[in-house]
Amino acid sequence: MSVGIVMLVHTALDRAEQAARFWAMGGCPVVIHVDVNVPKKTYIAFTKALSDIPAIKFSKRFRCEWGTWGIVAASQAASELMLAEFDDVRHVYLASGSCLPLRPVQELVDYLADRPRTDFIESATTADVPWTVGGLDHERFTLRFPFSWKRRRFLFDKYVELQRKIGLKRKIPAGLVPHMGSQWWCLTRQTLSAILQGPDRKEYDTYFKQVWIPDESYYQTLARQYAIEIESRSLTLSKFDFQGKPHIFYDDHLQLLRRSDCFVARKIWPHANRLYEAFLTDPSGAMKRTEPNPGKIDRIFAKAVERRTRGRPGLYMQSRFPNEDWENGVTAAPYSMFQGFTEIFENFEPWLAKATGARVHGHLFHPDRVEFSEGQTTLNGALSNSAEARDYNANAFLTNVIWNTRGERQCFQFGPGDNQDINWKVAKDPNAQISVISGAWSVPLFRSNLNFLDIRKEAARLQKLESDHLDVLRSPYAKARIRIWTMAEFVEAPMEPLQGILDEIGLTHARRLSEVPKLADLAGFGQFLQNLKNQGMHPYLMGDFPVALGPKPVQDPPRKPYLVR
Amino acid sequence: MRLRRKRRIVRAVRKSRELHKVQDRTHLIRPNDLLLFCTFRNEAVRLPYFLSYYRDLGVDHFFFVDNDSTDAGVEHLIGQDDVSIWHTQGSYKSATFGVDWLNWLQRKYAHDHWTLVVDPDEFFVYPFCDTRSLRALTDWLDASSIRSFSAMLLDMYPKGRLDEQPYVAGQNPMEIASWFDSGNYTISKNHSMGNLWIQGGPRARVFFPDQPERAPALNKIPLVKWNRRYAYASSTHTLLPRGLNQVYDEWGGEKASGVLLHTKFLDTFTAKAAEELERKQHYAASVEYKAYAASLRDDPDLWCKWSEKYINWRQLEILGLMSKGNWA
Repeated sequence: MSVGIVMLVHTALDRAEQAARFWAMGGCPVVIHVDVNVPKKTYIAFTKALSDIPAIKFSKRFRCEWGTWGIVAASQAASELMLAEFDDVRHVYLASGSCLPLRPVQELVDYLADRPRTDFIESATTADVPWTVGGLDHERFTLRFPFSWKRRRFLFDKYVELQRKIGLKRKIPAGLVPHMGSQWWCLTRQTLSAILQGPDRKEYDTYFKQVWIPDESYYQTLARQYAIEIESRSLTLSKFDFQGKPHIFYDDHLQLLRRSDCFVARKIWPHANRLYEAFLTDPSGAMKRTEPNPGKIDRIFAKAVERRTRGRPGLYMQSRFPNEDWENGVTAAPYSMFQGFTEIFENFEPWLAKATGARVHGHLFHPDRVEFSEGQTTLNGALSNSAEARDYNANAFLTNVIWNTRGERQCFQFGPGDNQDINWKVAKDPNAQISVISGAWSVPLFRSNLNFLDIRKEAARLQKLESDHLDVLRSPYAKARIRIWTMAEFVEAPMEPLQGILDEIGLTHARRLSEVPKLADLAGFGQFLQNLKNQGMHPYLMGDFPVALGPKPVQDPPRKPYLVR
Repeated sequence: MRLRRKRRIVRAVRKSRELHKVQDRTHLIRPNDLLLFCTFRNEAVRLPYFLSYYRDLGVDHFFFVDNDSTDAGVEHLIGQDDVSIWHTQGSYKSATFGVDWLNWLQRKYAHDHWTLVVDPDEFFVYPFCDTRSLRALTDWLDASSIRSFSAMLLDMYPKGRLDEQPYVAGQNPMEIASWFDSGNYTISKNHSMGNLWIQGGPRARVFFPDQPERAPALNKIPLVKWNRRYAYASSTHTLLPRGLNQVYDEWGGEKASGVLLHTKFLDTFTAKAAEELERKQHYAASVEYKAYAASLRDDPDLWCKWSEKYINWRQLEILGLMSKGNWA
């Protein structure tokens, strides 16, 4: 008993010849179908080259265009020839010219000899699998497809549309349940001959001639009618990308293919010399009894599809430039933006760095400079500290900072005096943790030595800017983790908010805060706000700050840092 | 847009009169050969490594336009059977920085071929280039119905002064200029042409810190399955028809892309910058070269603490400068 190989060939005939010889040397008869599109001269040369082997035959040629009946007609003719010419064939294996046997032929023969009644054909109902690309699944069986998808795409699409609109439908022949699956199968003589010699073949053929991509459904459906024992998987290793094209194997996949447990792989790049050499000249050596690990192949190709369809979050580059809101991750990693904290605490930045272990920058978006942590002039990725360069594209600057420092949490200070171009980007970014103490920008003004008129003007400007920013943060489109306190409420009880922020950053293992930053001295601040009000400029973002009226009876000693145990 | 494309083609035909054949081996080109097009001026020292690099990748035929070199570059090329050479005294600038000349040659010889258009100081790197030939890439692009392939310009530079390590003919320039900036690029979309406009890198960082908008463009589409109806619009940054510029994904995925390692910054650069400033043949009144000359008078060190040392394409792909896309 042996295995017969039906081989469909249309290009790279030299490789097909190599593979055919390999099968034949292993004792498997081969029937080759060559596409009509191959020029006659080439075809004759090809048949001549293989004429020294009696176990290789050529079947009647058909035109095999992708998605059409020709491929099924070709495999039917070749299979019929195989069954008629080689009586001892028990299993027929359908392969293509770009298939490469990965294991010695004898192993396949033995494997199939152990399972004499099993048909290996991937076959699933259309409702159960999401394989199809382009939306045609069940409709493959109920519409008509007279126009070529490759050459007459427009007519193809229009005709499908028209049929959908007027509700034109074909009847599926009685008793058939449409199944689909990989076009590369291995069937027993019993099943295959039943399909080819069945009384209804004419009816079925007529029907499938109008089905879209019949090579993925003809045998898959009919095998369900006749087979005794179907194992719904293909013995051919074949991976598909997101458009339904097969992935191609190259020389550098050699180790990977060695670890596959499949008998045959497709599709092989015709110039992959090392692969052909390794698997066809010394097959027993090629599969060096390494532990099979087919999962690895799956992972590599699944990752490729993922990369092509989803990409790396937060990456903006020459071949990935997502439209707004389609980023699949605005930035690459979580980060924190603090507004008003350095104003209220005297040593906020060093404290935060110590408490979280994160990289803490100053005002990255300061109008005059870029305050990288530790006063660096460049940051990861050779980002420069030129404010002009940053402002040229502030959003790209932000996404670059986060992308370049992947693996290390970034924190930076922000305020209404900074470049506000990034406000929407940050607010819509789920990676952002935004903590705002509103109105805190007034503390530096309070401490400054400016003329009061200038202070009033600056305060009005900053209040307007911060208020606009808060509107952004409170918009329904904001997706960041946002916390906003008025200055009054924050100063009253700073512990709890700080603890909450740190817990969320979650880098330290300390259960409770052991040290808190030192609050700035705010004595007289209430009066300062009142003075602004008296000038007609109402500072409202700070919340209700008590105005200490009249001269203070006793000067409080400067506050000590909080200590909580 | 169609008019614009036609105008480019007419221009290319008109400018073709400036070209004079020096060596024609185009009859040796077979169908499916990979072609490379290149304009140069006084690059004799770079040509030996350039040729061997691209021959190793699998380029089958080279087209050179010699813009009136005064060195021995052309002598070196003559007699090599995979090289065809044209000479011109025409102005580089009025030929749209050489684009017109190459557009014409491509129109005439490159129809239906995969073509690579690069400068002598640019080295094409693509996914798996250490194990798969350029033919593997173009076959895959063909199978995926992709007509154009993006490769951003990545400026390479040495550590220390530019003139510290002299470059000798035949040497791999990446041995000297082995550093690059990995993450300071900004991108905006050019809506009229549909291409991305990328700026940044060491040139923006060192030469244009205060005028980032004037920093040179780094986006390039050097590899195209050419058709005689196509034309480069400005250098290899943009193509017509516009669909060819769609080399990036807009829905979050990554398309496959490569990188052009740009080894302009060798010891030869200082002399070159001075000459180009004299000739005023470069883009935007040679603003780039003016800025170089100004900075170069001081200590020209492009290296900084965060510069990355070039290892291989996988490093560039991890850094996010290029992508494998769905090629696996």
